[in-house]
Amino acid sequence: MEKLRYFDHAATTATKEEVVKEMLPYFTLNFGNASSIYSIGRKSKRAVEDARDKVANAIGAGPKEIYFTSCGSESDNLAIKGVAYANRERGNHIITTKIEHPAVLHTCQNLEKQGFNVTYLNVDSEGLISLKELEEAITDKTILISVMFANNEIGTIEPIKEIGEIAKKHNIYFHTDAVQAIGNVRINVNELNIDLLSMSAHKFYGPKGMGALYVRTGVKFDKIQDGGHQERNKRAGTENVAGIVGMGKAIELAYENFDEYNKKLTNLRDYYISQVEEKIPYIKLNGHRTKRLPGNANISFRFIEGESLLLNLDMKGICASSGSACTSGSLDPSHVLLAIGLPHEIAHGSLRITIGEENTKEDIDFLVNTLIEVVERLRNMSPLYEDFIKNR
Amino acid sequence: MYSEKVVEHFTKPRNVGEIENADGVGQVGNPVCGDIMKIYLKIENNIIVDVKFKTFGCGAAIATSSMATELIKGKSVNEALELSNKAVVEALDGLPPVKLHCSVLAEEAVKAAILDYYKRTGKDTKALEKKCNVECTSYAHNHDIEGVG
Repeated sequence: MEKLRYFDHAATTATKEEVVKEMLPYFTLNFGNASSIYSIGRKSKRAVEDARDKVANAIGAGPKEIYFTSCGSESDNLAIKGVAYANRERGNHIITTKIEHPAVLHTCQNLEKQGFNVTYLNVDSEGLISLKELEEAITDKTILISVMFANNEIGTIEPIKEIGEIAKKHNIYFHTDAVQAIGNVRINVNELNIDLLSMSAHKFYGPKGMGALYVRTGVKFDKIQDGGHQERNKRAGTENVAGIVGMGKAIELAYENFDEYNKKLTNLRDYYISQVEEKIPYIKLNGHRTKRLPGNANISFRFIEGESLLLNLDMKGICASSGSACTSGSLDPSHVLLAIGLPHEIAHGSLRITIGEENTKEDIDFLVNTLIEVVERLRNMSPLYEDFIKNR
Repeated sequence: MYSEKVVEHFTKPRNVGEIENADGVGQVGNPVCGDIMKIYLKIENNIIVDVKFKTFGCGAAIATSSMATELIKGKSVNEALELSNKAVVEALDGLPPVKLHCSVLAEEAVKAAILDYYKRTGKDTKALEKKCNVECTSYAHNHDIEGVG
């Protein structure tokens, strides 16, 4: 078996040792319920509040503006449904985009069934929304704009500051799904006029099963899960103390080493893209060349299909992902790749690699060399390639 | 998710390539759906003496093409016409439900190649055309039945 080379950090990351170390005592010795009045309960409560400070600090928010959840999807649900239900008397219109994560898209579709109207903004060929289209979509019934900070598939970073200004000007709440951006982009919710922001710990070397939602003080939103009074009565359920501690530590580490990490990822990403562009013909970079996440490279290899590409890479110990139909669990390739205007057959041949902490230049060289071999092999058995060569 | 047989046929597919001056060539599928199979037949005295394929598609699509060509090689044209997608699946020790349409595509590719052979040799194709359903929608429909779409 080849050495494992992991290029799927947008899917998940390994929890850092330091993070696990901080978490461990809260499973055993300090197991108290954060709502209990006695010493070990108070200790848990303090740990939760310390972590809340760390999460708030990382994005320039106040600790009372952070609500811990179980994941990014829950944060998106709480943000969008929470605002929709609480502001129904103000209006029933929501604006989002066609390239959101399913956690946002399906939440909006659910709200449509409940009488809300949703506008799904288009994106251009690089995945950027149009600010003009956004402004034109606003009506006096619009209560929420939800645009992702950075796209999980193609890595494009949206014009968040400008969107925030437009939302503020029209007095509309602005939510951003920043699950892929936290740890990869510097974010200050005040400078960017963000009212609600979703994040997920396992995307920045924290534990799975932990998310958080930032909600600006004064924003009206309803809880969507009934039960106890935890999280200032906005999110019922006993706090996952160890998870919360891990999330706090992970976000602190992410922004402590931010510049170095960002530079490393950007360099490796650009090296990978330039190597592929130089060495493999008939490819296309998906997403924006510069306005993209530091570790994300999404490239379509024409005439071949993504799942067979992934299986071949897996045999060499390489972990990556694809937007082909066979990997999306439906007949259609990724909705993001279709939204940027890729023809189906080119979308089927997409390969997303997302670089992270442990990757090296040697890993990229190995990946590129493997790709050269695998792409050629698959093209040689592709009738599309055969037709292309004959008709050239 | 794949059986060892599928992985083996995907890793080392049999009969990949083209046949120059083939006696029958069939192509089914659609790039929009993400699967295209093309099968070439060399036929002598009603026996399939050689068969090659080219496939654009997922691991299951490549494995089913490989297995289908193995199953009809050396067989008579009539025997090849009896090849069912089920036989391909069984020979591969099963396929995940979402991939069953790949085996349907393999069966259709074989039939399409034989249909082409019949046309070229002036044989009556009526009975065969009924058996052939080479539209993308036909296997797309299978997807829906499995509740995947």
